[in-house]
Amino acid sequence: MVDQQQLYAAWTGTVEDLKGIVSERALSGETMLLNMGPQHPSTHGVLRLLLELDGEEIVTCVPDIGFLHTGIEKNMEAKTYEKSITMTDRMDYLNPMGNNLVYCLAMETLFELDVPLRAQYARVILTELTRINSHLVWLGTHVLDLGMTSLIMYAFKERERLLDIFEMCSGQRMMSTYFRPGGLWRDLPPEFEDAVTAFIDDFPQTIDDFEALLTDNTLFIERTQGIGFVSTEDTIALGLTGPLLRAAGINWDLRKAQPYSSYEHFDFNVPVGQHGDVYDRYVVRMEEMRESLKIIRQGLKNLPKGPFRSNNRKYVPPPRSELGQSMEAVIHHFKLWTEGFRPPKGEVYVAVESPRGELGCVLVSDGTPRPMRVHFRTPSFVSIAALGPMLTGYQVADAVAIIGSIDCVLGDCDR
Amino acid sequence: MIKDALSTLQAQFGEAVGGQALFREQTSLVVTDLQQLVPIVTALRDTPGLEYLMLVSITAVDWYNQPEAPGTARFQVSYQLLSLRYNHRLRLLVYWDEGDAPIPSITSVYPSANWEERETWDMFGVEFSGHPDLRRLLMPPDWDGYPLRRDYPLGYETVQFSFNVDEINKHKPFAKE
Repeated sequence: MVDQQQLYAAWTGTVEDLKGIVSERALSGETMLLNMGPQHPSTHGVLRLLLELDGEEIVTCVPDIGFLHTGIEKNMEAKTYEKSITMTDRMDYLNPMGNNLVYCLAMETLFELDVPLRAQYARVILTELTRINSHLVWLGTHVLDLGMTSLIMYAFKERERLLDIFEMCSGQRMMSTYFRPGGLWRDLPPEFEDAVTAFIDDFPQTIDDFEALLTDNTLFIERTQGIGFVSTEDTIALGLTGPLLRAAGINWDLRKAQPYSSYEHFDFNVPVGQHGDVYDRYVVRMEEMRESLKIIRQGLKNLPKGPFRSNNRKYVPPPRSELGQSMEAVIHHFKLWTEGFRPPKGEVYVAVESPRGELGCVLVSDGTPRPMRVHFRTPSFVSIAALGPMLTGYQVADAVAIIGSIDCVLGDCDR
Repeated sequence: MIKDALSTLQAQFGEAVGGQALFREQTSLVVTDLQQLVPIVTALRDTPGLEYLMLVSITAVDWYNQPEAPGTARFQVSYQLLSLRYNHRLRLLVYWDEGDAPIPSITSVYPSANWEERETWDMFGVEFSGHPDLRRLLMPPDWDGYPLRRDYPLGYETVQFSFNVDEINKHKPFAKE
């Protein structure tokens, strides 16, 4: 172990420490270093960027993360598998259902646990609603950064309807923890279908209204077209996924390529851009919302009846009604809520398409009731890592537009 | 087809690549010779028929004093590769112990490995050689220790077991004479 005092003495924070991080010109004072964040409103959370500027031009961009690091992965190692689901909501707080989904899918893959079709369809409907929810927050804040202050109100008004639906299902507006290994926490409520139908009937008009404000708006086009450009090869090399990859012209969507949770039953298109600039990312995300509506409509139409969670009592708790009559059910209930379950040993990697890209979960089990290791491969982490090359060469004023276009959530990035 | 290409690769690198394992339909490949890691990932990226163009994630597992550990080494570093063209995922496994030679960095092959390796070093103390910018990423620059190691306490003080009493006593902030 290193002596603490020695460490502090070494870290006094001089310009010399920045050697190798920024260019030599900054050390001589020829270029200017500008600290952006972590409390800057357009960094969407607590992202800090160290910008090296030559006049108005960005020479180097060094992203600094970790301000929201909460040690979720470490905490999960100390809890049983099922207790950790609540923490997955809190990573990407705009996509709670998607995070529940990837963690539950990883568990189900590891345990080889079946999920009834009704639960799979309900998961698809709810994750697509979450995708719209996330895109609405992105749209509102992105154009707010660009100077249009009214749209965020409209976007949040629509989002509130979605949060009401989540509350209806899970009792919580945001931190839902509605998906559980083997299915759902409880069945979809009877009011669910009407509420979702009302939303998907109204929402196409809302998207049209948003696009009327933006798509042909000269100011918006001037601010977004031709910046934040990443070539197709670089996008792949930097590991960018989701709307960023599709805006660069690659037709890659995990819902199509590696379908999970019965996405193969649904008919939808994958919107693809051409140039890979900020404007194309906007176009792709707007189209994605329309495609999500199509998926939700099909899901509601074909929503099967039947059980909402698996009948495998080794992993899924028995219904409350059985506890009064069956000794077996009492034993299962007791074991599941005290010790947890003992999954087979092994390592799995499961990925889903989150609103921001590929959200992956590495789950390693050593056969005990607690996971040996849980790791989340989060899309925000990868896209913030790519901010350096993405911002270089553009103006300072473009920085907020480009940061907005990658749609980063710092809770997702830092975990 | 991917399987044949992987077998060809295994033949090409001989002893450096261990056996393929299939668990829950996910392929993993053990790289036994660390010095061959960069040529192997370069081949995986460039060989027609494989084309794992995207590095999805790098992470580690600390098998500290675990009877279930797959090898004798303490750390298992796993690389997730993705072939967009053939729609196939591959997991590369590397075993590393403290005191071993550092794992060669693959940032020259996959630029996205930069932050992934930084995070792995930051959280586990797994060393990478040839990395352009190996600084703390999630933890503050003056942080002491590696939080995701199994012997790092979740809170308060390190828990002592009979096998590591002395090791932990050394770091404990006892009153000095």
